[in-house]
Amino acid sequence: MGKLLAVTGNQAMAEAMRQINPDVCAAYPITPSTEVMQRFSSFVADGAVDTELVTVESEHSAMSACIGAAAAGGRVMTATSSQGLALMWEMLHIASGNRIPIVLTLVNRALSAPLNIHGDHSDSMGARDCGWIQIYSENGQEAYDNLIQAVRIAEHEDVRLPAMVCMDGFIISHSIESMEYLDDQVVRDFIGSFTPTYPLLDNDNPVTYGPLVLPDYFIEFKKAQHEATMAARDVTLEVAKDFAKISGRSYGLFEDYKLDDADIALVILNSAAGTAKDVVDEFRNKGIKAGILKPRLFRPFPYEEVGDALKNTKAVAVLDRSDSYGGFGPGYMEIASALMINSSRPILINKIYGLGGRDFFPEHAGAVLNELKEIAATGNVKTFKEYIGYRD
Amino acid sequence: MSTSLKLKELSRKEELLTGGHRMCAGCGAPIIVRQILLASDRPLIASNATGCLEVSTTIFPYTSWKIPWIHSAFENAAATISGVESMYRSLKKQGKLDKDLKFIAFGGDGGTYDIGLQSLSGAMERGHDIVYVCYDNGAYMNTGIQRSSATPKGADTTTSPAGTVKQGKQQPRKNMTKIMAAHNIPYAAQASPSNWRDLMTKARKAIEVDGPAFLNVISPCNRGWRTPTNVTIELCKTAIETCFWPLYEYEDGKLTVNYKPKEIKPVTEFLKTQGRFKHLFNPGNEGLLKQIQDDIDRDWELLLKQEACDKSN
Amino acid sequence: MKLKNWKELAIGSVVPEAGNADSYNTGSWRTFRPAIIEENCIQCLFCWIYCPDSSIIVEEEKMVGFDYEHCKGCGICADVCPGKKGKKAIEMAEEGK
Ligand code: SF4
Ligand code: SF4
Repeated sequence: MGKLLAVTGNQAMAEAMRQINPDVCAAYPITPSTEVMQRFSSFVADGAVDTELVTVESEHSAMSACIGAAAAGGRVMTATSSQGLALMWEMLHIASGNRIPIVLTLVNRALSAPLNIHGDHSDSMGARDCGWIQIYSENGQEAYDNLIQAVRIAEHEDVRLPAMVCMDGFIISHSIESMEYLDDQVVRDFIGSFTPTYPLLDNDNPVTYGPLVLPDYFIEFKKAQHEATMAARDVTLEVAKDFAKISGRSYGLFEDYKLDDADIALVILNSAAGTAKDVVDEFRNKGIKAGILKPRLFRPFPYEEVGDALKNTKAVAVLDRSDSYGGFGPGYMEIASALMINSSRPILINKIYGLGGRDFFPEHAGAVLNELKEIAATGNVKTFKEYIGYRD
Repeated sequence: MSTSLKLKELSRKEELLTGGHRMCAGCGAPIIVRQILLASDRPLIASNATGCLEVSTTIFPYTSWKIPWIHSAFENAAATISGVESMYRSLKKQGKLDKDLKFIAFGGDGGTYDIGLQSLSGAMERGHDIVYVCYDNGAYMNTGIQRSSATPKGADTTTSPAGTVKQGKQQPRKNMTKIMAAHNIPYAAQASPSNWRDLMTKARKAIEVDGPAFLNVISPCNRGWRTPTNVTIELCKTAIETCFWPLYEYEDGKLTVNYKPKEIKPVTEFLKTQGRFKHLFNPGNEGLLKQIQDDIDRDWELLLKQEACDKSN
Repeated sequence: MKLKNWKELAIGSVVPEAGNADSYNTGSWRTFRPAIIEENCIQCLFCWIYCPDSSIIVEEEKMVGFDYEHCKGCGICADVCPGKKGKKAIEMAEEGK
């Protein structure tokens, strides 16, 4: 049995990293993820881990060093937020294209401009096409659990891809909540040891990483990458099953909250899902069949399962904490794709909320649910996409 | 035991960069790489910045490298190799690896002086046990001869063309070797493949030293310099004899000038061999030629003064 | 050569066959071909240390010829060759003549 503690999200991530004990970590400070690597640095300084810490001069170099270290042959982790992830951009694609299983904690924060340090999902949503596995977490407990599972998913033979575990900046990273840590040995047994495919340090079998690949081979590698990414879906479920055995906490591809018989539903990621659940309970008390779908695995996106989960609803709102300017929110686009799989599907609307850390209050969720109720009854949609929670 | 730096003995060593790469005929870069790999008595693991050397030696499914090698991007050869080296230290510390390896990065001047400067500076400051080699051909040759901060003053490149108003690149070169020496690393040197023994001795020192080392090596490019393919080594020699490319090294911060021409040739002897400087000899450009000569004279004087100063300390 | 399909290729575009460029011909690039004039060779091996294409064949510390599979005909070897009494041991001649 693990131990119960009251800690912040960042503390929990640093603790998970201590238990994972990676061979190499890169560190570069950025609010609000700074504390993760800062705490981890103390573990290094105190000899609590075997890790070599590379205190790089930028996030670009952080990801570059991670790629070099992982290709060398070992377990590698780092953490970042917002602009840091943006500066890593080029290297994110290279990590996934080279099939290098790095695990990254992403403490979600708005991308500049205007400059802002608070939580929204513009950083990770912008990176959704970088070929990384993306796992989202509602609270510190989920983030901790997801990080440990991400190691197994990323390193799985059928996958061998980098993974990022996302949690909301400040709202989760800096808030204290009570959670359960697993025992060190339980975590170590769970993740097991890592056998790299082509370690650079094996100079008896020298290999070349990162050649120039022309049109005669390029698409073959991308097809292989696509298949590996798709394989992460089943691997995520398999790993979750094992994780339930050691933790008693069960995870799926997404969380469905009172969705079975729901007429109306919200699709909402990360911390705001907690707020929305309370509101759904109120609506249920009033006899309104409301529910929530909270995505967990966003890349690969489980289209079929999500489509099935929502097919009997009448009206659904996707709440996005980031925008694809000139398009729908990123979550909306995925849910719309998922719904295309079935012939029966709900009316789907999109709300953009909480950008730059703007609070998401129960009344916001309540207003959206009331609107869905109206749409479900009449079939009339005022507007498919709109911003909420701003001053007019 | 280290092999002596005699060509006959060296010729018995395994060639670690095979033929069949797609560098242009007569390119200086593979000569430099061959000499450095041959000089090493320790197994090397390499990273390579994007550029001519990187693309031309690893066109899939082929590789010319017989040592472990990684390319990830343009600006990060130093950061990438620092990650590889960190994993080496980690695994050794944990008792999971029992090998004596050394780490080396190659980059062109674009990947070193310009886009890779930050990552290189960071890796040097962190003190990784790595050697960084810049093969300096004085422009972005891989993309078609654009000026870099290593391009010599007056050179005609596609982004600093010699026109009616401007006569090629306006600014002098950045002094990268000094910038690296200013990081107070244990070893930094400037070398040339023409002086193979000097280059190989320096490569060896760089590889043997504990901590970061930097080698800046002149690398003629016949496309960019607009020269015949067979004069690569001659060009290097002229660069040295004119003090355009002095040979020197910093050992624990102390400067030694490794070669002092008995009679320094005017820089025009170097410039006139190359199409990229042709316009400098047009009437009206005498002032520019004088500026170029003055810059070289000043830098050479400074080098000698600093050497004398370091010796007396 | 039959190109490998996506399942046959090594993961992440790694090339596991170190130095396999050896099997790639760059000799066809040549317009000038180096030839050895043995009596002028003093076995200094300058040609070998300066060849960009690892194309000077040295056996038992002696220059014995050229690897025409890879030699691109740059002419550096002929340029640096000191030869004997001012007579070079390497000459470049136009291919096919
Ligand atoms: S011509 Fe050039 S490539 Fe051919 S052997 Fe001589 S130096 Fe090497
Ligand atoms: S450079 Fe000339 S003399 Fe020297 S080994 Fe080669 S062919 Fe013989």
